Amino acid sequence: MRRLGPFVFEPRLSPPRYIVFGVSVLAVVVALLAAAPVFLGYGQNPWQAYAAIGRGIFGSWPSFSEVLRRAIPLILCGVGLTLAFRAQFWNIGAEGQLLAGAVAATGVALFLRVPEGLRLPLMFLFGFLAGAFWGLIPALLRVKLGVNDVISTLMLNYVMAYIVEWLVHGPWKGPTMRGFAYTDAFPLAARLSFLPATRVHWVTLVLGVVMAVLIALLLARTRLGYEIRVVGQNPDAARYAGINFTVVLSLVMILSGGLAGLAGVGEVAGIHWRLRSPSHISMNYGYTAIIVAWLARGNPLAAIFTALLFGLFFAAGDYMKTTLGLPFQITGVFNGLILFFLIGFDLLMFWRVRLARKEGAWISQAGS
Amino acid sequence: MLGVPKERPTHAEQPPLVLLRDITKSFPGVLANDHVNFEVRPGEIHALLGENGAGKTTLMNILYGLYRPDSGEIYIRGEKVQIRSPRDAIQLGIGMVHQHFKLVLPHTVAENVALGLNGTPFWAPAKVVAQKLRELSTRYGLHVDPERRVWELSAGEQQRVEILKALIRGAEVLILDEPTSVLTPQETAELFKVLRRMKEEGHGIIFISHKLDEVLEIADRITVMRRGKVVGTLLAQEADKATLARMMVGREVVFRLSKTTCNPGEAALRVEDLYVRSDRGLWALKGISFAVCRGEILGVAGIAGNGQRELVEALAGLRRVERGRILILGKEVNGRSARAISDLGVAHIPEERIRMGIVPGLPVEENLILKKHHRPPFCWRGFLRFLAIREFAKRAIEEYGIITPSPKTPAKLLSGGNIQRLILARELSGRPAVVIAAHPTYGLDVGATEQIRQILLRQRDEGAAVLLVSEDLEEIMELADRIAVIFRGEIMGIVPAAEATLEEIGLMMAGEKRVKVEG
Ligand SMILES: Nc1ncnc2c1ncn2[C@@H]1O[C@H](COP(=O)(O)OP(=O)(O)OP(=O)(O)O)[C@@H](O)[C@H]1O
Ligand SMILES: [Mg+2]
Repeated sequence: MRRLGPFVFEPRLSPPRYIVFGVSVLAVVVALLAAAPVFLGYGQNPWQAYAAIGRGIFGSWPSFSEVLRRAIPLILCGVGLTLAFRAQFWNIGAEGQLLAGAVAATGVALFLRVPEGLRLPLMFLFGFLAGAFWGLIPALLRVKLGVNDVISTLMLNYVMAYIVEWLVHGPWKGPTMRGFAYTDAFPLAARLSFLPATRVHWVTLVLGVVMAVLIALLLARTRLGYEIRVVGQNPDAARYAGINFTVVLSLVMILSGGLAGLAGVGEVAGIHWRLRSPSHISMNYGYTAIIVAWLARGNPLAAIFTALLFGLFFAAGDYMKTTLGLPFQITGVFNGLILFFLIGFDLLMFWRVRLARKEGAWISQAGS
Repeated sequence: MLGVPKERPTHAEQPPLVLLRDITKSFPGVLANDHVNFEVRPGEIHALLGENGAGKTTLMNILYGLYRPDSGEIYIRGEKVQIRSPRDAIQLGIGMVHQHFKLVLPHTVAENVALGLNGTPFWAPAKVVAQKLRELSTRYGLHVDPERRVWELSAGEQQRVEILKALIRGAEVLILDEPTSVLTPQETAELFKVLRRMKEEGHGIIFISHKLDEVLEIADRITVMRRGKVVGTLLAQEADKATLARMMVGREVVFRLSKTTCNPGEAALRVEDLYVRSDRGLWALKGISFAVCRGEILGVAGIAGNGQRELVEALAGLRRVERGRILILGKEVNGRSARAISDLGVAHIPEERIRMGIVPGLPVEENLILKKHHRPPFCWRGFLRFLAIREFAKRAIEEYGIITPSPKTPAKLLSGGNIQRLILARELSGRPAVVIAAHPTYGLDVGATEQIRQILLRQRDEGAAVLLVSEDLEEIMELADRIAVIFRGEIMGIVPAAEATLEEIGLMMAGEKRVKVEG
């Protein structure tokens, strides 16, 4: 128990769900409040700006659908990251795994000779495999050589980003693109269709939701999920129980990286229809997904909703840029603040706060 | 506050050092303390007894400011106080040595003691503290070198550091939560000398233990708790083991085990010329050989740190075998995984139960299948079968008397002894062929200790080969059919328990005697 002003804090070993939820909501709200001065800096009234953004985005189906479009890669990457985080594998590499998926999909779209009906399914398949491969490397590095997972996954992001740069400036540079660093545009059979009146490539969206459900089932109901939870919560007990770390962490990262790879397929096949520079393809989805997974507390189903929330922030960023004339980067400020307050407020979950009772002597007086 | 309590020539007329009145504390699903009254006078050792989960640790955590009572009052030296944090408790002169130590392992003793101490200089605090430490060490007979690093210390030495930490902060009341469960008999004797010395100086001591002999030896008064309530407080002179056990458990406890003579079958576990290294790369086992037959208990006696831990880990497949062979049911298992060995029917009750025995955040029922989750009936085509798991959990909770609000409660919320029961239930269910038990009754109450010993004997009678590693000589003498004594990684001899004497075993444990080992 600790004391701070009139409050006392008592440790809480396992916080109930409503507390976890409440604290998470609180973090988001406080982050929105804390971001208000940024609007003032641009001479805008923050509350009016928030209201305008809300009206703008929720006002019509086409504008709301932008939230969905932005949420798609976040769902896929976020769900994959919840899985990795449950195994205490710090996958900071969803960004690189996403790009790996985009590269593989582009290769299938432009260079593979297959029946047209098979082209999209193969793009998803190879995109998954490429992301899985890019995720498997750091898993094996850690199990076999003890290489720190945070560092290796992060570094592989840069490696993959440069590979993409090299491809679009070099061997894959499209002859019809006149000097732009793009590949050629995908043939029609390699493009995903949209929901009516929107630009939502719904196949990827459905895939993301299905994957979230499957991963949730995997964690809760299967032997592998059980082993993942044991490895994540007490590696010593996992060793004692004879759980094979190589197998478990490899499978975790194959799935985690593979899902990020699918997100990459969705971005090139559903939005850009070509491979281009990494910052255009991803907009840091892989990094934002870390916050998505964290806010979801490692729960894949919750990650759908937290991904939608961040999809909303991205859509808000677009809206601010086009309508309010504010820089899109404010989204980054939001995201950073939310992560900051989430980590800070985690303390609250593990301490029960009560008002100190008045009666009885205070220690400072009673003590010698 | 580098103060040491002043001399107090007479204690009789003073108000009690600590008075807890009507303390109530509930956790979700349990009433851990139910209107508890408890007091400690200056110059008194007051023992707190009770079954696992009776609420002893909870009561002490309240006194030490870790938890806040739902209701009730605390008086220190007659004055009513509110203790809101360990810092408050320390200021009031209360010190606590926890069931599990809380030291910073890579630091020196002096640095650990200096940590969080008021009135130490910002620079080189450990220097000033080291001086003070030497003073206190000689005064109370607590010998530790302030310059040593904590990870090098034995459990007994670490405990002395914890006591010194409390004393240097001016503790007049010292809470010791199961201090002897990690100590060798020699270390326990030394601890008792220190406690008597502190008592003479007018300190009040709260002593929690499950070992009735110890309690009767050291305590002045004894308070017994059961299911959160105080059953009664009595003077140690007027108490005896049987009465205390009855008060704790609520029924008669048999101290003599009914042990039939064993009729060993073929060897289920055979170790041949085994060489194993310790964590630091030194030889922990230097060519030991022995065999345990079906229907037999082989006790491994020895002072902690002579290779027992490495032996157990090697047998369980958790440590590399450098040379020699391990045969289980005739199969060589060198280099096999822990799971392969476990699947052969080897149960392993680990020494460090919190660190490796459980997954603290997972529910009790999922902890109960830790070793068997990959096999039917708990797993079918890669899916867990929760009906079978729940069924098994209910039976295990019932059979082993695990006190838990529900099978879904996270294991970390159980009391120390109930965590041990959970592990025993998991390992001993399903007829293991070989049982490797490291300190199986650590921290268990008398009733449970009796029960676990019966269970081990039953395993033996049903044909399991049991390897029992324990520092508790009495336990080994009582349970084992043969006793192997280990010293510095070698076996000094294996003697039939019926013919062994305590002196002989003691001499072998100290490395002063060696008897010829048969085949
Ligand atoms: N933080 C907590 N949250 C929920 N339940 C708890 C918590 N701490 C203790 N309990 C429960 O309170 C009861 C009393 O626990 P306590 O640790 O005080 O027992 P104990 O007498 O020290 O037992 P042991 O001899 O096994 O150490 C147990 O049923 C335990 O499960
Ligand atoms: Mg306890």
